[in-house]
Amino acid sequence: MSVVNVKFAGLGGTGVIKASDVMAELVFEQGYDVKKAEVHGMSQRGGSIASDVRFAKGEEVQSPMIPTGEADYLVVFDETQVVVNEAFLKQGGVLLTPADIDVSKLENVKALNVAMLGKLSKHFDFTVDQWTVALNKLFAEKFHEGNKKAFMLGREG
Amino acid sequence: MPAFDPNAKKMLISGNEAISLSMRHCNVQFAAGYPGTPSTEILEDYSELGGYAQWAPNEKVAAEVALGAAFGHARSVVTMKMVGLNVASDVLYTATYTGVDGAMVWIVADDPGQGSSQNEQDTRNHAKASVCPMFEPSNSQEAYDFFRIAVQTSEKFKIPVILRMTTRVDHSKSIVVPKEELPAMVPNFERNIAGHVMVPGFSKPAGRRLRAKMDEMEAWNVAEGPNRVEMRSEDFGIIVSGISYHHVREAAPEASILKLGMTYPLPMQLIKDFAKKFEGKRLMVIEENDPWLAENIKAAGIQCESKFDPIFRFGELDVNRVRRIIAGDRNPDPVPVKGKPPMLCPGCPHRSSFAMLKELDCIVSGDIGCYTLAALPPISAMDYMIDMGAAIGMGIGLRNVLPREQAKKVVSVIGDSTFVHSGITGLVEAGYNRPDTGHVVVILDNSITAMTGQQEHPGTGRHLDHSPAYKLDYGAIAKTAGFDNVYEVNQVKEPEKFKELVKEALEKDELTLIVAKSPCILALKSILAWDKANKEKAEKALAESEAAAKKNGNF
Repeated sequence: MSVVNVKFAGLGGTGVIKASDVMAELVFEQGYDVKKAEVHGMSQRGGSIASDVRFAKGEEVQSPMIPTGEADYLVVFDETQVVVNEAFLKQGGVLLTPADIDVSKLENVKALNVAMLGKLSKHFDFTVDQWTVALNKLFAEKFHEGNKKAFMLGREG
Repeated sequence: MPAFDPNAKKMLISGNEAISLSMRHCNVQFAAGYPGTPSTEILEDYSELGGYAQWAPNEKVAAEVALGAAFGHARSVVTMKMVGLNVASDVLYTATYTGVDGAMVWIVADDPGQGSSQNEQDTRNHAKASVCPMFEPSNSQEAYDFFRIAVQTSEKFKIPVILRMTTRVDHSKSIVVPKEELPAMVPNFERNIAGHVMVPGFSKPAGRRLRAKMDEMEAWNVAEGPNRVEMRSEDFGIIVSGISYHHVREAAPEASILKLGMTYPLPMQLIKDFAKKFEGKRLMVIEENDPWLAENIKAAGIQCESKFDPIFRFGELDVNRVRRIIAGDRNPDPVPVKGKPPMLCPGCPHRSSFAMLKELDCIVSGDIGCYTLAALPPISAMDYMIDMGAAIGMGIGLRNVLPREQAKKVVSVIGDSTFVHSGITGLVEAGYNRPDTGHVVVILDNSITAMTGQQEHPGTGRHLDHSPAYKLDYGAIAKTAGFDNVYEVNQVKEPEKFKELVKEALEKDELTLIVAKSPCILALKSILAWDKANKEKAEKALAESEAAAKKNGNF
């Protein structure tokens, strides 16, 4: 297989980094080579933020950054950031936005990033259990229950 | 606890995390630094892994304490971002002359593309100018490995060594397989006056010894350095270092590569041998920022192509840009869709401060921190910003030359951490070379180094690990420096009082310091928690010692 490229984007505070960490952790645990890129610093002050996850089996991931036009998946947590990042999506790539989720059913709006991961999960063969292990590793225990619901909302909604 | 399991056999971690782990595995005994994106997390992670680390007032002091530790036969580390090396360079340029008795690694993080920096300087120039050996990792595994090699080389050749990081390598995650621990060194004083005291009589021979050491190190780098040749195409060879290696591998998978891990002193024989294979064919150097490799390689008489600098010396490289460099594309970079710029948080005390300074139509000599964002619309209330601490000196210069009615409007505005870093000497300057109109300095004291992610400093009263420390009194420093007036005010709770204080200060021809004290809203919760934990710990210790005294009948 060739390298799979997933780009997460949003505004500072929308859980972009966390979501990319979960995706990276999941594929790492499944034995893929993986690289993850992000920019810190000014990001926490509400500005645009993006994080790239690239993974592959049987070959090495080279650059940690997804080249323009090569993202297989673009997962955006804030609608305003679609236009900022859509140039990264390849022809025929999958764009996921909050419009794909029934946000009114989210118990905690902060879990939108987890619901989006649930939506994204349908495009991969990883099991719900595998996703849950990765999610639980990255979040404090008090969020595990809520995350599970948000994840399933995205996955089944 | 760190965000990764340090005992795992294989882990997915950032370059900074990899360095912190390697520091533990190399039994580093002493680490100091000053926060600066993208280097900050190294010392925090190292401390959480159980290592001893401390924030210094600035990079120069951090380098000096780490150098002292290395003179004492310890393994020491100093961390900083690349502009911090300007502050610490005075240490470096002579520490290479003396060399070290233990080991000393300078971790210097460059920021190509200026994600969070005031310029785009390339540390490789400092390495050559200061005659300091340098390694350039390209991923987390190499960050881990090269740190170790840097320690070993520093010990072997008795010289400080630079580990040059870049933002992408610091903050990208990739897989790391750790190695076994190095045995610790035993600190010890050994007198060597001629080797450690750089008066001209001792320094002149030291300079010659240093150059001779570089010849030796170059020979070592050729024979044993962390460089490798990857032969593929016989028609196209690329010389590369750092993160550019991975961009090149992806952009030109067919190309043969000479990957340089140690870039000062350059392994020139290795480069010549590689170049020879491509005589009459295509040989390129691909690198981020300055044409540093290209210039050095060309100066050695080796013919090669290099990037088109009017475009590609600026900003980060990526796979697409490397493809364009290889294709000889000299068109300007495509303009990306502009994202939302960062801004001051809603409720941030800096908003109150700058709204008022704008209302009073001040000429604001500013400094480095979150508050620099106040220079941008819609606030647009900062007129100058250059480097850490410059607010005060530049303000005094302006006051000295501007017509009186303009000079009276000049205010120097500086954050608390920045003030401690390099603002104190500015106060001394104000007291010593007092402008006729006096001056007004405002310290925006949000009680933390906010910009880099909430680090402690000597004014917070807590150490790097948040344990209690002596707390610096800014007002007392100002008084000692010759300031006439010192005020403290919470500009958020008492905006009118703050305005009156500034207004009055501007009217007088005196030296006034106003400490505008209101905590960073992002840090407030942590600050309260740290202080509470420290208080509880102190009370518990007191109770325990009282109980012990009672038991021993000494009460």
